[in-house]
Amino acid sequence: MILEAVELAKHFNPGRAGTVRAVDGVTFGVREGQCFGLLGPNGAGKSTTIEMLEGILEPTSGSIRYRGEPLDARYRQRIGIQFQSTALQDFLTVRENLRFFGALYEKNAPHDQLIEVCRLKDFLDRDASKLSGGQRQRLLLAIALVGDPEFIFLDEPTTGLDPQARRNFWDLVETIKKRGKTILLTTHYMEEAYVLCDEIAIMDHGKIIARGSPQSLLAEHFSDVVVELPLDALGDRTWPFEIIRSNGSAEIMTSDVNGVMRTLLDEGVSLAQLKVRPRTLEDLFLELTGKELRA
Amino acid sequence: MNVSRLAAMTWARTLEFLRDRSSLAWNLFVPVIMVVGIGWVFSGPGRPLFTVGVVAEAPIDASLHPFLATKHVHFYKEDDLEGATRKVQRHRIDMLLDLRGKPGRYWVNEDSPKGYMLERLITGSEGPKLERQTATGADIRYVDWLVPGVLGMNMMFSCLLGIGYVIVRYRKSGYLKRLNATPITALEFIVAQLISRLALILLITVAVFVGTNSFLHFRMEGSYVDLFIVTLIGAVSMLSMGLVISARVTSEELAGGLLNLLSMPMMVLSGVFFSVDGAPRVVQKAADLFPLTHLLNAARAIMLDGATLADLAYPLSVLAGMAIVFLALGASVFRWRQS
Repeated sequence: MILEAVELAKHFNPGRAGTVRAVDGVTFGVREGQCFGLLGPNGAGKSTTIEMLEGILEPTSGSIRYRGEPLDARYRQRIGIQFQSTALQDFLTVRENLRFFGALYEKNAPHDQLIEVCRLKDFLDRDASKLSGGQRQRLLLAIALVGDPEFIFLDEPTTGLDPQARRNFWDLVETIKKRGKTILLTTHYMEEAYVLCDEIAIMDHGKIIARGSPQSLLAEHFSDVVVELPLDALGDRTWPFEIIRSNGSAEIMTSDVNGVMRTLLDEGVSLAQLKVRPRTLEDLFLELTGKELRA
Repeated sequence: MNVSRLAAMTWARTLEFLRDRSSLAWNLFVPVIMVVGIGWVFSGPGRPLFTVGVVAEAPIDASLHPFLATKHVHFYKEDDLEGATRKVQRHRIDMLLDLRGKPGRYWVNEDSPKGYMLERLITGSEGPKLERQTATGADIRYVDWLVPGVLGMNMMFSCLLGIGYVIVRYRKSGYLKRLNATPITALEFIVAQLISRLALILLITVAVFVGTNSFLHFRMEGSYVDLFIVTLIGAVSMLSMGLVISARVTSEELAGGLLNLLSMPMMVLSGVFFSVDGAPRVVQKAADLFPLTHLLNAARAIMLDGATLADLAYPLSVLAGMAIVFLALGASVFRWRQS
């Protein structure tokens, strides 16, 4: 393991009544070269966990080890961080920001390479405060990479981006992964976690409640698929299977798709708009936490 | 401390300030406008060539003495002979007449060219002869006294706001949190902020001083090097004070309030526009708590009285002591992020 957290805990206002156990004894490890996803609803403790792992928040108890050693001053030289929202200094251009942050590290990734990988060339001399959301996230990623880190923290890096910018960002992350970097990612987008992460941990109430690869977790928790139909098509009849109604559509969880379709046809329901999809991480999330991730 | 990181942080902060044109203009032009405006009021054309104070029991006109009919001389009534004599000594007036007794008396400062001219006039005028008294002292205009005050006040605002407000803004916006995630240390960050602001303040202050001096011709009895050193220590002291305010505060409103709480009494009590020599003792003691008071006392002593650094051991040691205490306090309680 390149990074390990053992019984990591963070309590706010410790010792007083009303103590908040933001992180309550989590243990996990990140293997070198993998993309590890930390998922959880708002208030689950993932931001507190990641800030302790980044070394900017002191744990109440537990330990963090990087390459088997406790975190020390050298750790900052070996990691890169992209916060969910970061203000940069006013009146500095993209190029100047790169140069400035680069000067804070002992070694640097070649700036030309960063500019190319993060696609910054077209707005290098633009004031960083005048960038679009996607451009800004690419600059923040370049800043996270400027010290040529071994380990990169990406804290909800695509929140607020449009779908196209988000997918472009995924391509960047894939490029970084191919260069052997280790990534710890938090995200609100289940599709993002599914596409990018080799392993995920789902947190709720300060604890890790599930952990594994996205595929293995889905296989472990679900043997069924989802049959979707417009809600109107089902009418008010009583059906021999459970139906989840939301936003004008009906979802039927079943491991017997043929049986469900036969029943629907027998009852004269049109299957013209029927869709069958596998279970997703979002379904897993709802099942485990009972909460909408984006809520 | 890593010099490369320190230099990078200093460079970035300096660039930010220089490109913030509104802020730069404010820092550069306000003191110029104030000094020029006040200089115009107190040194403008149309003023009489000579100023003479007159101590007399009757209204001052030619019936008292024919010399009072002299053109281009501003005669005004003085009630306090002793105070008026000091004004002759300090060259704040060119001559003093006491016409209450027989014979009357006049005071001139032998170092004053204007006093010499007036003496030639009075000895050549008609009327009873007056008894000659002499006084010596430095020629001080109000603008000479005011200039250190205005420049010091501008420095104070620049120090307090440039450090205090900026760091709080950085903290609130999350920029400090971002820096905290890099190898830069709190000490490197703080020192970079101080160096950047100090360099800019000194540059602006020197530019304003030289610019306004070219047409107002301030009195400068002492050494420019000494004045620069006093300015440097005073600026460090006030910057450190701003650091204490900004070390933990996360609200810009609170920071603004605290900075006003410091700057306003400092502006009034430190003797920017008027001396507090005649104020109650408790007020003078309160003024001693502010670095600006000691900075202005030291700067005026150099400019007006020709004091050397050795003469200024007390204000300089107070300023240095304040800087050390404020820096230590600010650095020890400094926090990168909002709690």
